[in-house]
Amino acid sequence: MPEHDGAPVRTEPQLAPQGTPHRAPEQLAADAAGEQRRRGLLRGPATRIGGLWLLLALVVVVCALSIAVGSRSIDLGTVWRALTDPGFTGDDAVVIRELRIPRTLLGVLVGLSLGAAGALMQGHTRNPLGDPGLLGVAAGASAAVVLAIFVLGVDSPSGYVWFAFGGALLGSVAVFAIGSSGRGGATPVSLALAGAAISALLYALVRAVLVTDSSTLDSYRFWVVGSLSGRDSSVGWQVLPFIAVGLVLAMANSPALNLLGLGEDVARGLGQNVLLARVVGITGITLLTGAATAACGPIGFVGLVVPHLARAVTGPDHRWLVPYSALMGVVLLLAADVLGRVVVRPGELQVGIVLALVGAPFFIALVRRRTLAAL
Amino acid sequence: MSPTLTRPRLGPDKRRTVRVGPASGVVRTRQLVVPVVALAALVVVSAASMGRGDYPIGVLDVLRTLVGAGDPTQQFIVTELRAPRVVVGVLVGLALGISGALVQTFARNPLASPDTLGINAGASAGAVAVIVLGGSAGAGGQLLGGLGLPLAALLGGLVTALLIFVLAWRKGVDGYRLVLVGVGLSAVGIAAVDWLLTRSTIQDATAATVWITGSLNGRTWDQAWPLGLVLLVLVPVALACSRQLGVLQFGEETARALGVRVGATQAVVVLVAVTMAAVSVSAAGPIGFVALVVPQVAVRLVGGSRPPLLASGLLGALLVVAADLLTRTVLPVALPVGIVTAVVGAPYLLWLLVRGRRALT
Repeated sequence: MPEHDGAPVRTEPQLAPQGTPHRAPEQLAADAAGEQRRRGLLRGPATRIGGLWLLLALVVVVCALSIAVGSRSIDLGTVWRALTDPGFTGDDAVVIRELRIPRTLLGVLVGLSLGAAGALMQGHTRNPLGDPGLLGVAAGASAAVVLAIFVLGVDSPSGYVWFAFGGALLGSVAVFAIGSSGRGGATPVSLALAGAAISALLYALVRAVLVTDSSTLDSYRFWVVGSLSGRDSSVGWQVLPFIAVGLVLAMANSPALNLLGLGEDVARGLGQNVLLARVVGITGITLLTGAATAACGPIGFVGLVVPHLARAVTGPDHRWLVPYSALMGVVLLLAADVLGRVVVRPGELQVGIVLALVGAPFFIALVRRRTLAAL
Repeated sequence: MSPTLTRPRLGPDKRRTVRVGPASGVVRTRQLVVPVVALAALVVVSAASMGRGDYPIGVLDVLRTLVGAGDPTQQFIVTELRAPRVVVGVLVGLALGISGALVQTFARNPLASPDTLGINAGASAGAVAVIVLGGSAGAGGQLLGGLGLPLAALLGGLVTALLIFVLAWRKGVDGYRLVLVGVGLSAVGIAAVDWLLTRSTIQDATAATVWITGSLNGRTWDQAWPLGLVLLVLVPVALACSRQLGVLQFGEETARALGVRVGATQAVVVLVAVTMAAVSVSAAGPIGFVALVVPQVAVRLVGGSRPPLLASGLLGALLVVAADLLTRTVLPVALPVGIVTAVVGAPYLLWLLVRGRRALT
């Protein structure tokens, strides 16, 4: 349904040839709007690179905000001294150096991962509901964390990291193995359904433990909301290598995703090794989402929403979509984190909750204002 | 999503056409066999479920009692104590199955269901708010406490349903927009629940966790009657929409050309689906996975290009009642039924996927 009110309509002469009298003007405008939507707001490499620089600048701004703003108010002069003067000590310096900087860097890493993983996931499942968690990653991580709490008595965010990561890997391997074992291989639908089924099984395990053991629930409920706070700086270093490899795989996978978007048969005909592309992409998604979930708990909304925003800007070309999504993920995550620190001072609202409460209305407004670029 | 719903024709087409007066249609054997078998299984499992308990009653005795020919003691036990739980289970499963089939067909997306559209999350947020904030002082707490749990859940679910419809409506409901709006609302509901859980006492958090898992414990005729009345109206409406929904699969313009009132059909389908889901959630809590998995299982059993409504409803009822029976017999701890539906349903869907007889897109 081409709807064009609200969206800026730029008619292009070659798309709206003058000599077609049987086409009504509104139809031409609708065609142009559809074209606009399909290709995104920014066209041409130069404008898109400009857009990337703009996003990078935004990332720098939110990083600065994340370092400067917190539940403890510290004036900007002190913040600057703590950053530049190694001799400056005191509580404020400790807060800045030991808490806010590691937290900001962790936010950057996790935002990059979730944004890029979301773009890959929606590309591979060709489904607007393709949340990175859908691949069984979040469910696997949750199940592993619940078992770690219940059986081994682990009870700190740093202690959960490796369990969550291991669970995420197992969940995703199980989904891929089952989703690709039917006839026809790993089709978008079989992957999505296998992911939904495995996730449901794992969440059933989680729920079964939670309703029978309230002390596990007591620890788990604080992990599952997803938060950047309370993680010491070692967590960032632990997940960094996985995220780095994941980002490389995501970029490497993006040309193949463009081909897969034409349908598997066409992609195969154009010389693309479909299985290889799926394996690379799913390894990337698993590493990125697994590492992010291990570090912060399941933060769902970023990976789901950011690719839709990015697609509205860049159109469906994954070579642009993936980096745009990654950077937008950082901006969204850190902005939500900063907001969560100031709304309920002196307490904090966890980033996962802020993301949903603020991000969802924004997302719905966007969905209504213009039809998003379809997958 | 590419809505390619054709399958390659191999060999002669064995489907039979039936013509009655001006109406004609294709009859597939499995289209009839699956609902009939599901209904028979549902009756047997329900009877077995009503027979289980401290005072065991045989399946045949239960059936005899239900038609009014049992002895008074059994009559009382079955109709007053055990039947409500099973009836609520049947109705909830029926509602979830049909609702899921409607949404998945309408959105042409196998992942779309009332679960993912946020009905469950909205109802859960209402219920958890009552559990966590209901005892607290202040006007809000008093109001919530007075509202009561089922009503708050119903309100949460209905408000979410209405929001989905209103927000997704722009000169008609587009399946894509419906799904995305639902995802956004769902995220809000889940975040609200998670947030309330972190703020509550651990006792409240445990009670809330049990509720949001979905359970049939302690259900009485008080829950069964309203649910039954609502479904008595909505199920026929849903079934009546089936043909128009099928035509809509060809796209809006084709449907319009074939004489379907597109806007009206879309409105009816979406409203019926979300209302059914909301009402069933308020009766038994958000029993997850039924609405998502049952239509996918049904379409693989029955064949055809989209989830069949009646078969989905009956299989949904069967899944819920069977899962409830399992929680009370096989398992050492009485787990809420919402856990067991996933444990029973998920492996079956996985098996169907692995076997992959036909590639459905």
